[in-house]
Order: sequence, then structure tokens, then C-alpha cells
Amino acid sequence: MPSTSHNEDRIEAKFRELRSRGDGALVAYLTGGDPDPKSFLNNSIALIEGGADIVEVGIPFSDPIADGPVIQASSMRALSQGATPKGTLGLIRELSSQFPVPFVVLSYYNPILAMGLDRFLTKARESGVDGIVVPDLPVEESDEFRNLALKHNIDNIYLAAPNTSKPRLRTILDSSKGFLYLVSLYGVTGPRDTLSPQALEAVSSVKSLAKGKIPISAGFGISRPEHVSAIIKSGADGAIVGSALVNIVSQYIENPDEAADYLRDAIKKLKAATKKS
Amino acid sequence: MEPLRALEEAYNRFSHDSSFKKELAGWLDSFAGRPTPLYLAANLTRHASGARIYLKREDLLHGGAHKINNTLGQALLAKKMGKRRIIAETGAGQHGVATAMACAALGLRAEVYMGIEDMDRQKLNVYRMKMLGAKVHPVESGSKTLKDAINEALRDWVTHVQDTYYLLGSVVGPHPYPTMVRDFQSVIGKEARKQILQTDGKLPKAVVACVGGGSNSIGIFHSFLHDLDVDLYGVEAGGESLSPGQNAAPLVAGREGVLHGMMTYVLQDEAGQVQTTRSISAGLDYPGVGPEHVFLMNAGRARYVTVSDEQALDAFKTLSQLEGIMPALESAHAISYAMKLAKSLGTKHSIIVNLSGRGDKDVEIIAKHLPQ
Repeated sequence: MPSTSHNEDRIEAKFRELRSRGDGALVAYLTGGDPDPKSFLNNSIALIEGGADIVEVGIPFSDPIADGPVIQASSMRALSQGATPKGTLGLIRELSSQFPVPFVVLSYYNPILAMGLDRFLTKARESGVDGIVVPDLPVEESDEFRNLALKHNIDNIYLAAPNTSKPRLRTILDSSKGFLYLVSLYGVTGPRDTLSPQALEAVSSVKSLAKGKIPISAGFGISRPEHVSAIIKSGADGAIVGSALVNIVSQYIENPDEAADYLRDAIKKLKAATKKS
Repeated sequence: MEPLRALEEAYNRFSHDSSFKKELAGWLDSFAGRPTPLYLAANLTRHASGARIYLKREDLLHGGAHKINNTLGQALLAKKMGKRRIIAETGAGQHGVATAMACAALGLRAEVYMGIEDMDRQKLNVYRMKMLGAKVHPVESGSKTLKDAINEALRDWVTHVQDTYYLLGSVVGPHPYPTMVRDFQSVIGKEARKQILQTDGKLPKAVVACVGGGSNSIGIFHSFLHDLDVDLYGVEAGGESLSPGQNAAPLVAGREGVLHGMMTYVLQDEAGQVQTTRSISAGLDYPGVGPEHVFLMNAGRARYVTVSDEQALDAFKTLSQLEGIMPALESAHAISYAMKLAKSLGTKHSIIVNLSGRGDKDVEIIAKHLPQ
């Protein structure tokens, strides 16, 4: 899509805007097409109306190795309803044409490869995708993909973990656009009762290496307003909440309208926690 | 990536360390039972009426399969790296059993992920693992087989990466696993090549092995790679048919993809979703394959074929009754293809089949399929 309707670098612009207000970003994740396309659209709208700053949409995959049981189950629900990468991008397009929030897509590498890298990124851009996370594509293997993403004006968002070495972290910081996705714990996605002991330490060490060149958002196990607040206060520019939201979707499969209400409510509380002071 | 780097570094260090090599060789000889014989299957040869068929008897190893070659190597490496908790995945249960054995012997703690569907069809191995002191984690996600057991093991590993070693059972997954597992399994081919030169005075016309993830096949192929007159045949699980979902033959019926941290051939649908597989043998029931096999196929060095469930069962029966050797259903795939191949070759030639495991674990399944 031409840049007239889609400004470039919308993700970093969003972080800048928030920072100027002393606020952090709330990145809200849902799995595309879960539990069905219509409910997914309603739920996403609830997140946007509830105050999500960036919406992250997962492309359902048969083997989501970085995900815990909650998101695994959401992928299976969506796939059983016939979800495809193309269909999921179509859903994002419906949302992006109505709402100005930046969209990030999360996809494992194989569905992208199956469609063809260029074709996938072209479609993603046309659908209003601003950034992409590929959890099973390490920075060492991603030159081709990163260059293509750059060409399509899609921010390539890399993950870093608490045990990522400094030299590698530097490479990841240099290669990332939009924001850096900091995995706040050792493990897979999933709601947790408490913030991992590594989380705050990881934020501050990555922050000092990033030197303000790129926003840092932390995810994995960040489920509650108090987690969001602690993460933002420790210096992160954003907090990513996924499984806690998907959990709500899964609890109200029978009453999708209620899911949207609960999501709107949850996101309001999470968003209220992003203030830096 | 960091744990993979640490593993690669440790592997590079220890694989060149003469005391490590000596220690491993000691375990392989006196604990696992190496070297294994190269057995001339005279009755089977007569039956096939063609090339002489030799069996590389990995079925005689401790635990009943070639898997112990790799688990001893990696468990020893884990111990040197100071890791005390070992996790593994298993399909047929042979790798799980071999992991449990190596860990018990080396004083390590073993936890094995196994799909509940595989737990059901390979009950005997579940009991064996438990008796050997391993904890078995049932895997209920996805297709509930080997692929999902690997997913769960990877999830465990990233969660407990500081104290845990992931002992992968085949030449799959991210680097350095395919290389490392191949190296540990290459003892099969090294022995077989030496043995056939002793008995026949020349190299075989062909080497045949079954391919699931591809560790026993790469293990026997490796020493013959530069013997260009030796044809290499990998036999994949043809299952019911070559239609989607009815087999476990990614090299024959799949296409390029990325799964479990490797770029390889994968059975997948048009959108890149990994397909469910089907094979009578749990050990071949995997939608991907070791990337080195893709390389060998594309380089034209090895050929990959399929054998159906029914043909494998026939071969099981034939080998059991003619030779008094019950092959694992996995290895029965190789036997089946080898009989066909032997027939097409003259009696001057010989072929080696890697009899990668024994069939005790399969008696229940076979009893169901061969009512007599």
C-alpha cells in the first residue's frame, strides 16, 4: 500500500508519541481467527477501543514451539476453523482499514516460506502490517528476510532472551526496527502469577545497551496490570500481553460477545498501568 | 541460540579430545555391545535369489536398537558440560529407553517426552523407561506423536536451559544436533565397511537403511559417501499411501520447509501447516527428516524410496521365519526394499541392510495385524 495511506515507521512514531506523554506502550496480542474470524474481529476491536497502543496478531501454526498451552490451543482452534496465513492477513486488513493503530504480525517461519517471502511481505504490507516477529528465525539466518522486510517497509522485530550474550544482543539491536521484543523469562509464552525474577534485570541490561536507539518491549509471562507497571517503571518502553488475553477468549468461546466485553475491561486496566510515573 | 552455541563449542572440544573418545569407546564396547556383527542372511538371500544380503546387527545392541550409540555419546557430553538433568523426546520409545539406560549408567536424571498416541502403541517401552528410572511426560498437544514430543522437549529446554541438557535422538533439529548425532552414529558404517571388506574382499553394491529422522541411515551411509560405486538407499515410511496424511515420507512426498529449527523437507499443506503423518512404525512417524538427507538426495548421492505398512509387515514375517530374527517395524521397511533390490542385482553383488533395531517392542502391533 502506498505511503500516502500508510505512514512509514508508524511503530516508532507511536513509541515517540507515548514517550512524550510519559507513557509506555501496551502491545496486545491475539491469535488470528481465534476462535473464529468474526469473534476475532470483534475481540480485536475491543482491544483497540479499550486502549491497546499496538495490536499484535499471531498467524496460527501447527507447531508453535515458542508458545505455551494457552496460545497453542488458540492456534488449534483457529486452524480447525480453517485459518490460513492469507486469511489472517485479510482479517488484519479489515481492522487496519478502520483503525489507525499499528499492527504487528507474529508468524513462525514455515508459513511465510510456504507462501514465498516476497509474496508474504507484499500481502502483509497491503494488509496494513507495520512490523513482523518471526520467533523461529534467528538473526544469524535472517539476512534475506530482513532485507526484504526493509524493502516492504515492514519493521523486523527480533527477540532477545535473558541469556542472550552481549555481542549477539548488539547484533539484534542493530538489526531490529520498530522495537526489540525482550523475552522476559526462560520459557515459553503463558500467563504467570508473578513477574519472572529475570524480567526487570533483563530490561535494564538491554536498555543500557540499546542507548535509546530503539524502543524495548517486554513480553512472555506479563499478564497483570502490576506486571505491566513494574516492567514500564524498570525502563521498558512497552509491555506485551498475550496469553492473558487469549485466555479470556478461550473462557468465553460459547459467549463471544462477553469475551469482547471482558477483553475491553482487561485492556483498560492494563493500559492504565503503562504510565511511567 | 546461546545454549546451541555452548553445545556446539563443547561438542567441538570433546569430539577431538582423546580421553573423551576413549571413554566413549569403552562404554560402546563393554556397555552397549559394540562392535555388532555383520551377518550374512543366507536364507533371505536364497529367498530373494539375487545379491547376497548382509545385515548390520544393530538390533543386538543393548536396548535393542542403534539409539544407544548416540545417547551414550551425548550423555557423556552432558556430564562433561556439568548438566545433570537430561530431557529427551521419543517416538517408538527406543530413543527414550536408550536415554534412560545411558543416564542410569552415567548417574544422570532422565525425563522423556512421548506422545500419548505413541505411549499407547509402544507400551512396553514406556514400562522399560520407567523401570530404568526415567520420568515419562505424556504429550497431548498437536498430533500426539514424535513431532509434538520434540515441541514439548524444546519448550522444556528453553524453560530450564541452565541445568538441562536436551538429548535429541535423531539427526534433526538445529545445528549442531544433525552433525553431532551423525558423528555418534557413524560408528555403524565404519564397522560395516571394515567388516564387508574382510568377508567379501570388496565393497557392497548397495547400502539400505530406513529413514525416519534419519539417524541409523546417515550412520551407516556416512563411511560409504566417498565410495561412489556403492549405491545408498534410504527407505521412508510409505504408510497407507502417498496421499497427504497417509505416510511419513517427507523426502518422497514433502517439500522444503522449516521445522524444529532446521531447513529440510517437510510434509506440509499448501499454507505451510505441518501435516499429520501415518506409519505403522512409531519410529518413522515424523513429518521432517535430517537435513543431510536432503543434501544427499539433491546431490544425487543417495536415493530415497518408500515401503508401505503392508510391505513392512510382510518383511517382518519373512525375516522372522527365514532367519529367526525379528526386526523392528522400522527396520522391516529396509528389509522389504532390500529384498526387492537384491532380486534386481546379480548374485555377484552384495548389499548391506542396516538392521537398526529388534522387533520385541512391536509384537503387540504385529499380533494385531498378522492374525494366525
